[in-house]
Amino acid sequence: MSTQEAADAGRERDYVGAKMGMWVFLFTELLLFGGMFLLYSVYRTKYPADFHKAAADLNLYLGTVNTVILLTSSLTMALSIAAMKKADSNQSLLTQFITISLGLVFLVNKFIEWSAHIHHGIYPDSAVILTMRRGEIIFFSLYYVMTGIHGLHVLVGSGAIAVTILFTARKKITSGDFVKLENTGLYWHFVDIIWIYLFPLFYLIT
Amino acid sequence: MKTAESALHEVRAGIYCTVWIVLLLLTAVTVTVARLHPTRFAVALAILIATTKGSLVITYFMHLRDEPWILKAMLFIALLALTLIIALTFADVLYR
Repeated sequence: MSTQEAADAGRERDYVGAKMGMWVFLFTELLLFGGMFLLYSVYRTKYPADFHKAAADLNLYLGTVNTVILLTSSLTMALSIAAMKKADSNQSLLTQFITISLGLVFLVNKFIEWSAHIHHGIYPDSAVILTMRRGEIIFFSLYYVMTGIHGLHVLVGSGAIAVTILFTARKKITSGDFVKLENTGLYWHFVDIIWIYLFPLFYLIT
Repeated sequence: MKTAESALHEVRAGIYCTVWIVLLLLTAVTVTVARLHPTRFAVALAILIATTKGSLVITYFMHLRDEPWILKAMLFIALLALTLIIALTFADVLYR
């Protein structure tokens, strides 16, 4: 057994460790978003009427479309790993490509949504927002920060998938060693779960 | 051996598609409920549906059910910590 082969075997044996490391990282992400969800809950309890009024300004149609897009991208991500386990790297590449495309469509929709808000004068320190009630201002602050940081995560996830596509094409991710793809998948699904909570809290409380 | 393994993966892909359909149905339910009855009960239902969807993603897409018990225990502790932080903050905010 050559040194390289020994190293490869060692890497495969530490699969559990690699995945556990990813989960621990996701726990820190959970606390990052958890802190913001906590702020949301407390201020929502304090200003329920303002939150309901402000949420009416959000586009339920775009929010629902984006939910369907992220859920579908989670499916294609899971399918790409299933395909890799079957050693079908072509199908894995295709589903990874669909996943990254859906992620980018999500971001385009987010851009359209934010542009519409900004066009209506809803942005920090604008003349319009300063006339609003305190609870409404807090709602929009939380909306921008939470969907913004979530959007950043979608962008980072898309970047990670771009790397796994490259690795798959270069046979650095194979049916014998695909923990990079699996960990990227875990990250992508986590980002999906955050949206699963953001969607009802911001769009469905009118 | 190979065919058995390949069959197992076909089954897994089938489960993924089923989970995806359930997730879409739950989204349809939560949107419909929110548009029909904007009550306090509807908010609790929306959170309940979101939690159901999140659990499905963790269990199947993130395949937690196939992971060793230590990983499940770690997730449980992380979620418990978050729940305690939220509960303690509310205990402070509500009864101030």
